[in-house]
Amino acid sequence: MEETNKKEQTSTHKIGIYLWIWGLLFVLSFFSYMVDWYQFQGLLRWSLILFFMFLKAGLIMAFFMHLFWERYALVNVLLWPMTAIACFIFLMVAEFKYTLFSRIFYFAVGGGI
Amino acid sequence: MSDPKIEGFNFKPGFKGMAEDTGSDQTMFKGVHWGKAMMWIFLLSDTFVFSCFLISYMKGRGSTPVEWPNPSEVFALNAFGVPVPLLLIAIMTFVLITSSGTMALAVKYGYERNRKMCGWLILATAIGGLTFVGMQAFEWSKLIHEGVRPWENPFGAAQFGSFFFMITGFHGTHVSIGVIFLFIYSYKVFAGHYESGKKGWFTSMKGDYVEIEILGLYWHFVDLVWVFIFAFFYLW
Repeated sequence: MEETNKKEQTSTHKIGIYLWIWGLLFVLSFFSYMVDWYQFQGLLRWSLILFFMFLKAGLIMAFFMHLFWERYALVNVLLWPMTAIACFIFLMVAEFKYTLFSRIFYFAVGGGI
Repeated sequence: MSDPKIEGFNFKPGFKGMAEDTGSDQTMFKGVHWGKAMMWIFLLSDTFVFSCFLISYMKGRGSTPVEWPNPSEVFALNAFGVPVPLLLIAIMTFVLITSSGTMALAVKYGYERNRKMCGWLILATAIGGLTFVGMQAFEWSKLIHEGVRPWENPFGAAQFGSFFFMITGFHGTHVSIGVIFLFIYSYKVFAGHYESGKKGWFTSMKGDYVEIEILGLYWHFVDLVWVFIFAFFYLW
């Protein structure tokens, strides 16, 4: 019954929104390429890369994958697990810093101590 | 896409609606086709796979005292005798975004039951994906000729090759699988399977244009992963 109901009332969005998002994705990709082209370095480079990356990812998920129009039951099931990935990144940053430190340390003083 | 109406059930928006949907002793994702929910859950698990690859890349790159190869030099391409940084990668990015856009439009035209337009757009998406895979094969063979191996490379830290082949290879596999399914579905649309009510994949239920949206979710996800690979592997 649910099936038949759904088929009748499926609504589509105006073509304009897709073309806008499409255009924005092109522009954002161009900008993130420009970050490399002009060889920005350091904090500016990393923040620009992350900014354009999250903006592009957000636009794709929200509009191309229709998450903006989905009910919260689905959206929350999909987005909350991302916090686990954030935790994992946090843990592994601590881990690689320690590994780098111990490598440099033992390469310098040798393994004899 | 889901603005469901089920008789005798009052849908509320936002978090209140989420609490009621979840606790309704019924299907939790109201108005969402089961195939679409399954695809989302698959994509969630795939997100974790790619995250593990990218996090291990971060850990590998961060923990080596040897200089990491400069991607903007390694992936430079000679155009008219001048090395242009990341030229091929930039073109690949634009090709993939183009194919993502055509896919989004294919989903829209599918729901509007515009069979011809939907079929052509899926075909265009498939050709975009094929172009992407072709350029990736070119990039791989170029790097292999230059001596990049999973265990060594002439540019710097030895870990570079293994992360490069693993991450872009796994992404390329996803693109290739997507291209195969895009061709199959463009055939299904052109052949009018959703008008004639031919049964869908792995089910005895009738096929519907919602399958195009499910295919679209997969394809946009492939594009989404590329956004992260582009940022972390090629630009960082």
